[in-house]
Amino acid sequence: MLISDIIGPVMVGPSSSHTAGADRIGMIARRILGEEVVSADIGLHGSFLATGRGHGTDRALVAGIMGIPVDDERIPNSFTIAKERGLFYQIHGVNLGDEVHPNSVRLELRGESGKSVELIASSIGGGRIKVVEIDGIPVSFSGDLATLIVHNLDQPGYVAEVTSMLEKQSVNIATMQLNRSNRGGDAIMVIECDAEVPECTIRSLEALDGVLNVTYISMEA
Amino acid sequence: MFDSLNAICEKAAKEKKSVWQVVIEDDACQQDISVEDNLDRMMTVYQAMRASDENYDPSLKSNSGLVGCEAEKVRKARLEGSLMCGDLVSRIMERALRVAESNACMKKIVAAPTAGSCGVMPAVLLTIQEEYGYSDEDMAKALYVAGGIGSVIAHRASVSGAEGGCQAEIGSASAMTAGAAVYLRGGSNEQMMNASALALKSLLGLACDPVAGLVEVPCVKRNVIGAVNALTAADMTMAGIESKIPPDEVIDAMQSIGRRMDPSIRETGVGGLAGTPTGARIREEIRGNL
Repeated sequence: MLISDIIGPVMVGPSSSHTAGADRIGMIARRILGEEVVSADIGLHGSFLATGRGHGTDRALVAGIMGIPVDDERIPNSFTIAKERGLFYQIHGVNLGDEVHPNSVRLELRGESGKSVELIASSIGGGRIKVVEIDGIPVSFSGDLATLIVHNLDQPGYVAEVTSMLEKQSVNIATMQLNRSNRGGDAIMVIECDAEVPECTIRSLEALDGVLNVTYISMEA
Repeated sequence: MFDSLNAICEKAAKEKKSVWQVVIEDDACQQDISVEDNLDRMMTVYQAMRASDENYDPSLKSNSGLVGCEAEKVRKARLEGSLMCGDLVSRIMERALRVAESNACMKKIVAAPTAGSCGVMPAVLLTIQEEYGYSDEDMAKALYVAGGIGSVIAHRASVSGAEGGCQAEIGSASAMTAGAAVYLRGGSNEQMMNASALALKSLLGLACDPVAGLVEVPCVKRNVIGAVNALTAADMTMAGIESKIPPDEVIDAMQSIGRRMDPSIRETGVGGLAGTPTGARIREEIRGNL
């Protein structure tokens, strides 16, 4: 925990979990998609559904999806901005089950190229967030560190390949998780790094046989 | 990252430093940046606190219509000279309302430690800076004292109303602010922690019972008591009063009370004020309107 987690963030009110956290979830979903979002299906769960409207959770999510950050005073007007930009969104309630954090949302985003992503994320307090599922596969990361997400076929050798590429670039791994849909199916590797992963490493990863998709969340703007 | 206020004081004593120095050095190390850059960052945060007060719009109401326009009433009464509190405390009361109302109206604030408690720290710090003429650098150092205390509270207990009730939000903000105020008044490291203990003890057990689950009623006005409580805790400390229960044990008591709190009074909008007949009626009215 950093002092800036305690005195901060500088944010648009009224709630660090329901407003700032919601905006951050929208922002990270946009970065995972990696392109301009043209449509968003927003499913609010638990307390996000019960008190979200009064806390501007809905507007903060739409703002985040458009890349408007937590301290931007346009957040209250995000619905109007979305109309101007041609972002289609729909907001409704969902029940993600008792195991999911009460401040959670399921987002289905479609980008300008037709690419899409579905994710579930939770706002876990003080504006901090956690992505808990991407395209149906469980994950757990905060977006506080540079994060590499490799979507590949569930076959031997990918972990060694990826970690050796990072080692060559002297990128230290902070955390690492592996999950899969089923044996031999789709797998997801989430690696949080202490330094930025160079563009060339990401390109080489994308070129590997059996790698379906590589997403990189940089800490640089 | 320190796991006790005592550990901060011990390190400071060993290295003959002030609390803010050991906190800023540890935090800079975590981020791999220089102490100077870290202090600059905090000066920016302090400017954001100042802006959250200055940008208050007395014409704004929250989306629900429950709060807004009230700091202006205190301002008028203060300028008429009709308040019993005296000038300094009246200014603190007004500022706490200005910043907390701004938060409810979706304006920009600094969560310290949370958005719901964002009025406590700026109310006291901006006002005593005005009164005693501290530099902005002094204020940034004071914020590191507050941040060090807050991070220990978050580590040993919680700063979330959903986990620990309002004591964890307004109580923590008040404890952090009391420590910062003692630093500015020239108190010792131990006195900073003592003031945080005195402040926190007075708000232990406070329920988080917001009407309709919104950060509005009673949250906005609780920022006033958090701020004034920080001021009296700092003054009591500087007058020589010591907390009989050591600061870390007070934090542990808060954690223990938070665990025993029923979920209905932990930010669910069910019990306490939210569950009164009027609170329930307001909730139904708001559901219809929003």
